[in-house]
Amino acid sequence: MSMTQHAEPAVTSPPAPGPQETDGRTSERPLVIRLLARPEIGVFLGAAAVYVFFLIAAPPVRDGAAMANILYSSSTIGIMALPVALLMIGGEFDLSAGVAVITSALTASMLSYQLTMNVWVGVIVALLVSLGIGFLNGWMVVKTGLPSFLVTLGTFLILQGVNLAVTKLVTGNVATDDISNMDGFSQAKKVFAASFDIGGVDVKITIFYWLVFAAIATWVLLRTKYGNWIFAVGGNKDSARAVGVPVAFTKISLFMLVGLGAWFIGMHQLFTFNTVQSGEGVGQELIYISAAVIGGCLLTGGAGSAIGPVFGAFMFGMVQQGIVYAGWNPDWFKAFLGVMLLGAVLINLWVQRTATRR
Amino acid sequence: MDRSTYSRSRRMAPIVAVAAAAALTLAGCSSSSGGKKATEDSSGASAGKASTPRMTVALVTHQAPGDTFWDIVRKGAQAAADKDNIKLVYSADPNAGNQSNLVQNAIDQKVDGIAVTLAKPDALKDVIGKAKTANIPVVGLNSGLSDWKKLGLLEFFGQDETVAGEALGKRLNAEGAKKAVCVIQEQGNIGLTQRCDGVKKTFTGTTEVLNVNGTDMPSVKSTITAKLTQDKAIDYVVTLGAPFAMTAVQSLSDAGSKAKVATFDLNSTLTGAIKKGTVQFAVDQQPYLQGYLAIDSLWLYKNNGNYSGGGEQPVLTGPAFVDKTNVDAVAKYAANGTR
Repeated sequence: MSMTQHAEPAVTSPPAPGPQETDGRTSERPLVIRLLARPEIGVFLGAAAVYVFFLIAAPPVRDGAAMANILYSSSTIGIMALPVALLMIGGEFDLSAGVAVITSALTASMLSYQLTMNVWVGVIVALLVSLGIGFLNGWMVVKTGLPSFLVTLGTFLILQGVNLAVTKLVTGNVATDDISNMDGFSQAKKVFAASFDIGGVDVKITIFYWLVFAAIATWVLLRTKYGNWIFAVGGNKDSARAVGVPVAFTKISLFMLVGLGAWFIGMHQLFTFNTVQSGEGVGQELIYISAAVIGGCLLTGGAGSAIGPVFGAFMFGMVQQGIVYAGWNPDWFKAFLGVMLLGAVLINLWVQRTATRR
Repeated sequence: MDRSTYSRSRRMAPIVAVAAAAALTLAGCSSSSGGKKATEDSSGASAGKASTPRMTVALVTHQAPGDTFWDIVRKGAQAAADKDNIKLVYSADPNAGNQSNLVQNAIDQKVDGIAVTLAKPDALKDVIGKAKTANIPVVGLNSGLSDWKKLGLLEFFGQDETVAGEALGKRLNAEGAKKAVCVIQEQGNIGLTQRCDGVKKTFTGTTEVLNVNGTDMPSVKSTITAKLTQDKAIDYVVTLGAPFAMTAVQSLSDAGSKAKVATFDLNSTLTGAIKKGTVQFAVDQQPYLQGYLAIDSLWLYKNNGNYSGGGEQPVLTGPAFVDKTNVDAVAKYAANGTR
């Protein structure tokens, strides 16, 4: 029993309790087991199951345009789910992520509109504001040692109120003014909200960003020192500090990374819809967190991957839009979503348990 | 302790931010089109001020935070208050129990009148009784058309959501629509459901309801796109709020659909879309008017004993249609956020 071995890097593998078979059968299936033990394989199978399910239940899903739409929906969740997942691997939690997206969009929109400046000025200031919010979240968590649940619950409420009150104060309305005819708008739209025609299908740029960001995050997690720091501070903060990991820097930068994601998605929303309503974004944080959890990130930190949340977000987009493609009774919408997600999480759990037991 | 090194450099961040913003401003990054400069000339309605003694009136609604519609109601109420030398105390809570507490709060403040929305009449019954015992006149607005008299309110200003939906349904018949999808942005909201029910009642074609997550615009867009792809027969998308109509327009082009868009409620972007023809028409219940009349009526009652609607009939503020034929007249007020 003490001979338990981990084939993959120790940081990504969950602890493997239970007896180890030593009758030689393990040597026949090491690859499968190794694969199944990875945190993202469960969610991959879950996502595949949901995808196949809707391919059968909802004929329109088989069309390329429908897939582009589902992927778009997934990408706007997925881009935020990535930094949220990294933060969770680092052992912290951000409830303010949903409204922070709107804060960023409101800042960019109102600043450029009110001062009649090129929209890029607003975009850059919004980036600084978003990073600042992330820094503040991280700094308070690190300094006070309070649970990040409490700290970010506070910022969640503050941002929700500030979004509303400042927008009302500045614009006189609770939504921002249309900035689509201002200088730099079409340029910024190309960067944050372009779409391409691929084989007659309209594909949104966020899908590419999503995949590129996921690849970068995976590389950072698995191949860099910073990636190791993330796992270390999430696993055990004190021993991480003891071996020289800069805990405060790692945690604060992770919160700022969430800010960066919020800025990016906020800009996407602004340049897609031209105006922003100040009441939006509430409840989105739970969707980002769900996508990360479904993607195999533990709520307790120290384990997870960047590719898992990609499938988690895909599953969200797939179920959310799949129900509509299937033409089901809309009254059941949320219930369907919940059941499908629970089912997917259970598959995820079962696969991991099976894999680690053998 | 390398921690301090990091936090010192981070402490510079806000300073850098301000400096960057200032530098960019100085660098002449101003926009040559749009922006505040373009709309600076416009101004809201204003009139003289009554010389009657100062009074205090409470407006208690079931507004959810950040809702454009209620913001317009409040502006109307404020305009009436300013003109009538009234101090307006505004409060709101979508939860009926909390709203009833807010009415109680107004009674405790010994206000001279209360205007209240009756989204959940039963929850407000007791507290309205208390206001009457305290001799505070109460008027209703927006929701509660079928209950205001039962609860003994002085007057009522608003439209029946079902009637508004019915009017839209009839209009769809006239437009020759065959299949409409009614987009609900907040599942379980009574008023929104009533609108769709109204549409269903009078529209001779098929009406389907589609629930979307109203707090997340990208998902609203994707879901409407999905619905249009799933059911190619849909030729009209009916949204229940102006921002969602604008999103529906984008969904149409994403789905390559030829369907048209109609909506409830207005805002400045929407009037532009009606002008351009991307949105066909909007049913407007004139929220500004509801707020204005409710407050003004309390002033009239206090100073001249008047009852709008004679205390018997509600005063209807809608449904008014805004389409290509009259949008120009409405657009400038919508730009001020009052229509």
